[in-house]
Order: sequence, then C-alpha cells, then structure tokens
Amino acid sequence: MSVSSIPSAQEIVRFAPEIALSLGGTFVMLGEAGLKNGSRARLAVMAFLTLLAAAVLAVFVAADPGTAFSNLLVVDGFSTFFRVLVCAAGMLVVLISTNYLRVEGHDSGEYYALILFSVAGQCLMAASNELIMLFIGLECSSIASYVLAGYLRDDRRNNEAALKYFLLGSFASAFFLYGVAWLWGALGTTNLSEVRRLLLDPSAGVDATMTAAAAALLLVGLAFKVSAAPFQMWAPDVYQGAPAPVAAFLSVGPKAAAFAMFLRILMTAFVPARGQWEPVLWTVALATMVIGNFAALHQTNVKRLLAYSSIAHAGYILVALTAMSDTGAAAAMFYLAAYTFMNIGAFAVVTYVAGRGERHVELMDFSGLSRRSPAMAAVLSIFLLSLTGVPLTAGFFGKFYIFKAALDADLVWLAVLGLLNSAVAAYYYLRIIVMMYMHEPSAGAGALPSPGVGIRWALAASVAGTFVLGVAPSLVLDFATASAPLLR
Amino acid sequence: MTETVFFYCFAALAVAGAILTVTMRNAVHCAISLIASLGGVAGLYLMLHAEFLFAVQIVLYIGGIMVLFLFVIMLVNLEAAARERQFHRSWVGGLLCAGGTGAMLAWFWLRGAGTLRLPPAVQPTPREGGNVESLAMVLFRDYLVPFELASLLLLVAIVGGVMMAKKRI
Repeated sequence: MSVSSIPSAQEIVRFAPEIALSLGGTFVMLGEAGLKNGSRARLAVMAFLTLLAAAVLAVFVAADPGTAFSNLLVVDGFSTFFRVLVCAAGMLVVLISTNYLRVEGHDSGEYYALILFSVAGQCLMAASNELIMLFIGLECSSIASYVLAGYLRDDRRNNEAALKYFLLGSFASAFFLYGVAWLWGALGTTNLSEVRRLLLDPSAGVDATMTAAAAALLLVGLAFKVSAAPFQMWAPDVYQGAPAPVAAFLSVGPKAAAFAMFLRILMTAFVPARGQWEPVLWTVALATMVIGNFAALHQTNVKRLLAYSSIAHAGYILVALTAMSDTGAAAAMFYLAAYTFMNIGAFAVVTYVAGRGERHVELMDFSGLSRRSPAMAAVLSIFLLSLTGVPLTAGFFGKFYIFKAALDADLVWLAVLGLLNSAVAAYYYLRIIVMMYMHEPSAGAGALPSPGVGIRWALAASVAGTFVLGVAPSLVLDFATASAPLLR
Repeated sequence: MTETVFFYCFAALAVAGAILTVTMRNAVHCAISLIASLGGVAGLYLMLHAEFLFAVQIVLYIGGIMVLFLFVIMLVNLEAAARERQFHRSWVGGLLCAGGTGAMLAWFWLRGAGTLRLPPAVQPTPREGGNVESLAMVLFRDYLVPFELASLLLLVAIVGGVMMAKKRI
C-alpha cells in the first residue's frame, strides 16, 4: 500500500473531473439558495458548463495516463472514454430538462445538482480500479438517480417509480457489497489488478469455490444495474413513472457507467476465470434480449416501450461482454456511445410530445405526428431506425461490431439468436414510424407548441452523433479499440 | 473451547435477531430484534479483538441509530400498519426459494470440498496502540480517498432526503 499519505499534485490532477463535478454540484445548490426565482435558468447553464468542463478535463488529464492514490484510481483510455461519454449524456439531459422543468413548474437547482453528483459518481465508476471506490461511485450515482426518479414529489407515478427503484436498487447494491466482502475474504484484496494476479498465480492457493460465490454475488449487483434478465423487472416501471428527461438519463448515464464497471471487473480481474463466466453471461445475454424484445411488442405506452427496448439493448451489449475479448470490449464501448445519442434523442422527442403533466405518452398520441410536427416526426424516425440498426446510422455499426466480436469468439449461436432478436425489434420500432406517417392525427390533438431552445440543441447534437457514428464509425471505434487492451 | 461456545452464542443471536426482524408483525418488536442482532455482531467483533468496532457498533448502531428508528416508529401510525396484510404473506414461496438456494449451495460446497482451501485463520497481530491505531492507519492512510468520497455520498443522500421529504424547499 501507499508509502506516503499525502497524494501528489499529479494524482490530484488525475482526479480533476470528479472534483470539478462535485464542486459544480455544490455551487449549483448554493446558487439555488442565493439566486432569485427569475434567474434559475442560470443554474442550468452552470450545470451544463460544469459538465463541459469535466469532459474537457477528462480529455486533458488523459495526456498523462497512470494510476492515482496508491492504485485506487486509474486514468487510461478506457476511463477517459467513459468519463467523456457520461459527461456528454449529462449535458444532453440538462438540455432536454430545462424546458420540461419550466413547463411542470418545478424548476430548481437541486435537480441539476443531483445530475452533477450522479455524473461524478459515474466518472468515479469509470475510473476506479478498486472495488470499494467502485462501490462508492455506484452508490453516488444510484442514490442521486433514486431521488431524480421521484423528482416531481406530488405525482403518484413519480412516487411509485422512486420507491420501487430505491428498494430494489439498494437490495442490489447490498448484493454487490456482499460480493466484495466475500472476495476480500477469499483473496484478501479488493484491488482488481491484484485479484487478477492472484487468480493467475497457481501458488497463491486461491479458493475457487469462495471466489466463484463472490463473483456470483457481484454479478447479481451488476446485472441489476445494467437491467439484465432476470433482474430487469424494475426498468419498465421506473422509466414509465419517472419524469421523461430522467428516464432518458437513467437509460444512458448510469447504464453506461455500470457497463464500464462490468467490463473492468470482467476484463481486469476475472479474465483468468473466463470459462466459468461464459455460460452464465451467455444465458443472461440471451434472456435479456428475448425478454426485452418480446415484452416490447405489446406495449402501448411509448416510455414503457423504450424501457423494454433499453433492456434489449443491454442484452446486445452483454453479447459483446460474453466474448470477453478486446474486440468485444471495444464493440461494447462503441455501442454504448451510439446508444447514448439515439436513446436520448428518442426520449427528447417523447418529452416534447408528452406535454404538460406527461399526458400524451401513449402510442396513439404519436399517430399523425408527421402532420402536426414534420420535423419532430423526422428526427424520431432517425432515432428509431438507428435503434433498429439500419445502415448509415450509428445503430448499424454498433450491432455489426458486437455480432462480429461474438463470431470472432466462436459464439455463433448467440450471434444468430441476437440477429433474429434485432429483427423482432424492428417490428415495434417501425410500428411507431407507421403510426406517425400513415395514420391521421387523433381527434382533439391540438397543435404542438414550438420546441424550446434546449430540446432543439439536444436533438441537433443527437442527430449529428447518430449520423457521424453511422458514417464514420472509425472516429470512435479506433479510440475504443486502442483503449480496450489497457483493461488487462 | 469457551471461545467456540461464545462464538456460536453470538452468531445464533445475530441470525435469530435478523430473522425476527423481518418476520415480526409489530414494528417495535422488529426494532428490538434488530438491536439483539446488532448486539450479536458486536460480540463477534469483540471476539476478533476489534474493540474499536465493538464500541462503535454499540454506541452508534444500538445507541444512536436504533433510537432514531424507534422515534420514527412512534411517529407513524402503528395500528394501521399492523392491520394491513404484510408483505411476507408469500412466505411459503420464500421458504422454498431460500431452502432451494441453500441446498444448491450445500451441494456445490460438498462437491467442491476438494478445492475448498480456506485461508488459515489470521491471528490478530497486536500492533503498537492496538486495534484502534491499525484501523486508523487503514482508514486515514490507505483508504483516505474513499473515506473522503463517502462524505460526497452522504451529501447526495442528505440533499435527496430533504428533497423527498419537504414540500417546499
């Protein structure tokens, strides 16, 4: 362990994005107390700038990669990738939240402060190399998410979502922590690189049974956080009940960070035990895809449909994890980047169409959207086509790399079943497009107000991201491919 | 020998208290069972020569947190809660699941008995200043950063708690 107790300046610089986010969150809270009601809009700007600063800092500190705080934290290409990704997701969510909160009459600084704290936790999850640090990051991110899910505290659906998410989420966190305790008991360390060293060292006398039990407990916690089957039940209820921008946030930010954590635990610590992990991950990935896609077929509520679709997408990413290879890790990273843009974009349109009190979230409310708001119908179609995996969009290359990684790892059946699943998914995505373009607007559906500035920018950025990743995937994929081997 | 007897007494207290905590109908009884369970864990700490943890367990958990629990229990309407059907009504299913998992674990345990090499029990090494000092070394030197980050976690929890509880902030 450490020789000196005082961290060097270099180590503190490597921790800069998290410091910036925590400070920004605190200042936003103080601003809420200090500013007059009229100037609340500034808090959103402040939160946005903090996230931007954190992303820039994350890129800046990546110039000098290495570990910090006696190997508790590691700054490498992988952590930089996910730090920037969760900050970008946070920025997009801040953009789509501004107008929503004003319309609902709940504009307050705490909302943005919690988003910042949650993103700080997610950055920590991406950069930790130690299970205790990972757990603290996970809890920071999760507790902020529980509160955000129940942000409109007088709304019954919000209450239900928050309570369910809180009870089930803390249960899952406890499983994870119990796994950490078992791993400590079996190996005497919680550092992931140390765990790997001990597992590879035949003379270390590692107790396989206890380590397996610890790994199983860790898997339960992780599978819950990425909403993988059989721990996916919370996702539809929470996404449906939570405010739409929060549902957008939950489906990308915490999920991307949880996958980062999953990848790091899997690739750094448990690669020596890949034979034991593969059948479990294989089953979980297939079950997640099948449950997500087939349950989504019957949904009439668009938020709930997107929740099941996000479960299915977690299944695709798990296919990449099952490969347990560098190409698999890179494919998962690329997919998460693509998914961030297309899913936040889809939720942004849903936020806009839902209107005050989120009254218009049924599938019927989207019928004839092309007449009421042609631009919105067009961008939603782009996002849905990308989620389906149509060429020229980010979703196509995302799926392509994942199934290629699966084939490279001789997971032929999993790749075939995954492809069949994405064909099933096309049905429910295209159904929304058909609704928008080939049905008349329902009687009484008035004209939609013009979208706010924030939503416009968020949609523009998401459309740009979806197309850029779909036309020039190498921009992101090269970086992911270069940083995936650093996990080992 | 005496140590083994004490270990089983404390362990039984901890487990029995935990089971009663989730099965008792009256919330006050649940809280008292939880105190018993925490007391059993405190005894285990003492047997491991972790005197500081023992004291913290008694003062903070049994003394502080449980009193807060009891306060909250007294503030809510107990009669209404007791009359409602409890969530452990599906206890047959729960028992089956727990028993099944236990049997499965036992089976794997026996099957893997050959590979089961529990590390030898670590004898507590009394450092200078004893347990308190070694704990301080770990907490404030090796794990100082996670320790400080826990304060961020608490801040998030406090902000969240106030937001959920207050009507007007």
